[in-house]
Amino acid sequence: MEFTNNLFYFLSFVAVLSALMVVFSKNPVHSVLYLIITFFAIAGHYILLNAQFLAAVHVIVYAGAIMVLFLYVIMLLNLNQETEPHKSTLIKLAAAISAGLLLVVFVGSIRGSEQMMVQPQQVEVGSVKDMGRVLFKEFLLPFEISSVLLLVAMIGAVMLGKNEEEGKNAS
Amino acid sequence: MKTAQGIPLDYYLWLSAALFTIGVLGVLYRRNAIVIFMCIELMLNAVNLLLVAFSNYYSDASGQVFVFFIMAVAAAEVAVGLAILMLMYRNTKTTDINILNRLKW
Repeated sequence: MEFTNNLFYFLSFVAVLSALMVVFSKNPVHSVLYLIITFFAIAGHYILLNAQFLAAVHVIVYAGAIMVLFLYVIMLLNLNQETEPHKSTLIKLAAAISAGLLLVVFVGSIRGSEQMMVQPQQVEVGSVKDMGRVLFKEFLLPFEISSVLLLVAMIGAVMLGKNEEEGKNAS
Repeated sequence: MKTAQGIPLDYYLWLSAALFTIGVLGVLYRRNAIVIFMCIELMLNAVNLLLVAFSNYYSDASGQVFVFFIMAVAAAEVAVGLAILMLMYRNTKTTDINILNRLKW
């Protein structure tokens, strides 16, 4: 029990710290690398919560696919230097105050909610077997529709990424 | 108020709230569109973590299936969003969002 708690604290610390570094590092490439650390920490949380399948999918999709896409775009646009112009101090202050107010709202809403929850009896979920049973019985239609969504996204990305000037020259 | 592993559920609520707030702060604070995209991913992940924690707490696998669908939507969103960003960079030679405040160039 002690070990699990310590692991939770360690993973939370890593996740929050590297999330802060995503926001505050000047170089976009460093932001991407810190975000990958955050994603691995969150995958560790998933394993801690007994969702092994989701942890594997999370690492593959986020750290493997999405972050590579980000890194690829940054390299392609040659943004790996500190080119960002400075926002005025007023806007930065306003952003920090707004985010702080949001945190206050969260704290207020979470603090009152502790008595409302009842402890249900606990059974193991999250293995590949349980996930598959729920996914292919209760959620079969959304599962199929999400494949259409991915197809549409793929077509849209290709359409947007196509170089129009080149097409005009060829015709 | 504990998950199956003995960690109180509130701890996950606090962690998710912190991660979500950091994501909001990043969206408001930064001007680079790519970093703003990354902060949106951070917010999605905070919500995912909370869904998994509650799914563990109530022993209901539906929450984890929801996370599964959110991941699919996030992948689609990033693909289209980065394509739009490439198009924007091709026209304006920058990823600064302040250049888009008139919605034209």
